[in-house]
Amino acid sequence: MSELTINPGVELRNSRLEIHHFRVRLAVASAFVLCMFALLFARFFYLQVIQHDYYTTLAEANRISIVPIPPSRGIIVDRNGVLLANNYAAYTLEITPRKVEDVEALIDELATVVEITARDRRRFRKLIDESKSFESLPIRTRLSDEEIARFAAHRYRFPGVEMNARLFRQYPQAELFSHVVGHIGRINPHEIEQLESKGVDANYRGTDYIGKVGLEQSYETQLHGTTGVEEVEVDAAGRAVRTLSRSAPVSGNNLVLNLDAKLQEVVYRAFGEFRGALVAIDPTTGGVVAFVSKPGFDPNFFVDGIDPQNWKELNESIDRPMVNRALAGTYPPGSTFKPYMALAALTYGKRRAEQAISDPGGYNFGGHFFRDDKVGGHGMVNMYKSIVVSCDTYYYMLANDLGIDNISTFMKQFGFGSRTGIDITGESAGILPSQEWKTKRFKQKWYAGETISVGIGQGYNSYTPLQLAQAIAAIANDGVMFRPHIVDYVEDVATRARTVVEPQPLRTIPLNPEHLKVVKDALVGVNKEGTGARAFAGTPYVSAGKTGTAQVIAIKQGEKYVESRVAERHRDHALFIAYAPADKPKLALAVLVENAGFGARAAAPIARQVFDYWLLGKQPTPVKPDNSEAGRD
Amino acid sequence: MIRRITRLLTAHIDSQLLILLLSLMSVGLVTIFSGSNQSVPRISSQVANIFVALGVMYIFANVPPHYLRRIALPLYVLGVLLLVCVALFGDIVNGARRWLYVGVTRIQPSELMKIAVPLMLAWYFDRYEATLKLKNYLVAAVLLVLPIGLIVRQPDLGTALLISAAGAYVLFLAGLSWRIMLGLGLAAAACMPFVWGMMHDYQRQRILTLIDPTQDPLGAGYHTIQSTIAVGSGGLAGKGWLQGTQTHLDFIPERTTDFIFAVFSEEFGLLGNVLLLGLFLLVIGRGMVITANAPTLFTRLLGGAITLTFFTYAFVNMGMVSGILPVVGVPLPLVSYGGTSLVTICLGLGILMSIATHKKLVQS
Repeated sequence: MSELTINPGVELRNSRLEIHHFRVRLAVASAFVLCMFALLFARFFYLQVIQHDYYTTLAEANRISIVPIPPSRGIIVDRNGVLLANNYAAYTLEITPRKVEDVEALIDELATVVEITARDRRRFRKLIDESKSFESLPIRTRLSDEEIARFAAHRYRFPGVEMNARLFRQYPQAELFSHVVGHIGRINPHEIEQLESKGVDANYRGTDYIGKVGLEQSYETQLHGTTGVEEVEVDAAGRAVRTLSRSAPVSGNNLVLNLDAKLQEVVYRAFGEFRGALVAIDPTTGGVVAFVSKPGFDPNFFVDGIDPQNWKELNESIDRPMVNRALAGTYPPGSTFKPYMALAALTYGKRRAEQAISDPGGYNFGGHFFRDDKVGGHGMVNMYKSIVVSCDTYYYMLANDLGIDNISTFMKQFGFGSRTGIDITGESAGILPSQEWKTKRFKQKWYAGETISVGIGQGYNSYTPLQLAQAIAAIANDGVMFRPHIVDYVEDVATRARTVVEPQPLRTIPLNPEHLKVVKDALVGVNKEGTGARAFAGTPYVSAGKTGTAQVIAIKQGEKYVESRVAERHRDHALFIAYAPADKPKLALAVLVENAGFGARAAAPIARQVFDYWLLGKQPTPVKPDNSEAGRD
Repeated sequence: MIRRITRLLTAHIDSQLLILLLSLMSVGLVTIFSGSNQSVPRISSQVANIFVALGVMYIFANVPPHYLRRIALPLYVLGVLLLVCVALFGDIVNGARRWLYVGVTRIQPSELMKIAVPLMLAWYFDRYEATLKLKNYLVAAVLLVLPIGLIVRQPDLGTALLISAAGAYVLFLAGLSWRIMLGLGLAAAACMPFVWGMMHDYQRQRILTLIDPTQDPLGAGYHTIQSTIAVGSGGLAGKGWLQGTQTHLDFIPERTTDFIFAVFSEEFGLLGNVLLLGLFLLVIGRGMVITANAPTLFTRLLGGAITLTFFTYAFVNMGMVSGILPVVGVPLPLVSYGGTSLVTICLGLGILMSIATHKKLVQS
């Protein structure tokens, strides 16, 4: 084969024309090449000059990851520095469900390395339902050192599972402060919306928890702090390569409360087996020194998200531990209403202190006989005696003379039927009955007969223990009222600067000092020689008080209330309001004991223990119910 | 004496082409160094590849073109047979049947066809040069379609397209009438729906991804999006050698092979790109000059096919990295890391040198 050199036709056929044709084709191909390269150049020019800024932004977004550094939440301490809510660092095991195909199988596998209880599983399932799939969710918290080591050794087996050091909220006092301090919990979608609408959602990047109830909720903005930001250079796998810049987080502020943890415990123990509520206020400042709603619950359950079973138990318990009785429970004040009625009578000139009425054992009004507590009546009763022995007939008559609107106008000044504005949310307003209220509520007119029961704190009357405490504090402090507040001051962690929560009185009720003295003397009389005398026998200090009983079910006309015949949950609630020392009150309180019968018997001894502790430093003994009929109100 | 020996040894080396290809290889080494996070083993391995490739080039530059003409037919037949064997007994790697196990090693016969097909077509047209008729073009078309069909079936769309391009260049340069080309173009357009129907899912995905890469930013579109960001963020002068963030934080995949242009473009910017386009254009230009002056139809067609295939590699690769062409596995000629492509390209350039230097001997 040597056509190339030998074939004589080659030269002939390779005529100029053919070469010309070929070169035209080659020129066309060259033009095509140039066009395509021009296209490439145009593309490069477009990307690198025209769109350069855009792609630089994208490259920076790739490279730089903004990592939020959540601040540490402020702690909560009582007036003596006892920790009520604090933080501690611990390791958690977290699963990112999006990165895992079969979460259940993964958990089974994990359970071979660290302990995972049925409760952990239930809780985790609930978390998955409530959260977005790209979040990492804790399957286990508070890993032990041994578990940390074991997981670290087996980490390669569990893609999508991470071990993280995190700060945890802890409530060392558990049940004792559950209704005041409240608790935090994982942020839910509704709360995210709220944060967004307030424009503070950016500050919550990196934060998983938010205050749900109690002080944790109402002081959320103070406690949370300011989230810091770290700019990190990351590679394509998301691994941090180096830190570019960092702005440190600012820790949340600490709360220092008026509450006294020891007093709180005294109250809790004094209640014994009973349910109920107690609010004790320093009348000269409005600072809440004790705030108890019993039973409580362990708020630590809620921090990582409560598991459905425990939630069900708490929620469905007949004792209703989730209800904040002191704040949201409303009860008829019973006879504790009488001192205010007496003050109203003096103020409106309807009675003079020494003016006595005859008590035949009841009061007939409009064909209805309103029974007195004592069969046969108390005889001649003046104002002092009416309070000391708690005479119903005196107040039936008085109520009729005052009329509902005078009662309602007067009582409103003490805060009855209005929210006190205490610094935790969820407060009930209660009911201060009036003609206007009844028209609005039932679209019915007020009947004069209804006023009669209001006079002894029954009827439509319904107030929270907190309102009762605030009212008695107002009496104790001679009408100068404070907004009750649990937090004394907010403390900046860095500067130690204090912001006092409630430095100014709310208002002063215009009361005649002479009128006030009459009532206050009578209140002292209650504990000296009246219904509270037995509970307060032998105190080295002088105290003032008033017992009360709130009916849970109505007693039929002509029927007598016999405790042993009434189902336990239908028994009367015992009430007691008090302050001490009488001349210069340091503490005013209201106590409610559910289904405990007469106020003198169950509630007054609790109050006594509180004062003994607060004024004398005495440790309490549990309440022993006193079965005698003496000291009924 | 020494000068005569030197002249004898370098008689068949085209110095212009050599300088250009050495320049491109240097660009490659500089960029591989950056793209591999300054891996010295990578560089030494590529230097070894370069020596092998230059050796192959030297050999082919010294082989007179008529020897190539002699092996055209056997090489083509062998290639087709191997492709048939692949279809029957080939190993499946990554879902495609491309490899054939022969005794000790695996080979990819489609690589061989990149040279064998243009060689075969050039030989065929040269053989029937005197009596070229429509029938000859039809036969040539069959010679082209047979291996392409086998390669498409593997499936390896990228290689099939490159070989089609090489074959089409030969047909075009051989003088296929404009009217028929127009007709074929229209026919191809009409076939598009059927081709779409025959494509594999991942192939369709690549084309859909090209149209809108943001549809699947972490999946199929990821390569294109990240390489486009790298190119765009490079700007006019680039971020500087070893300074590319997309490169050094692992956002660009295949940084030393198929996507090496993204690294280059990010670090050297538009100015670097213009330089690179210029180098490629000079190689192609030199190839065109050699082709235009080639003595026979065979060498003209072969030279033209090699030059235009070289262009196609460069264009497809840069087009793919800058997001105007779908992602196909085509390396950037002479720049990308990897022995196979380097040897294939240098073999082609060696043939070009051979055409350039043997012409004079024939004419004299």
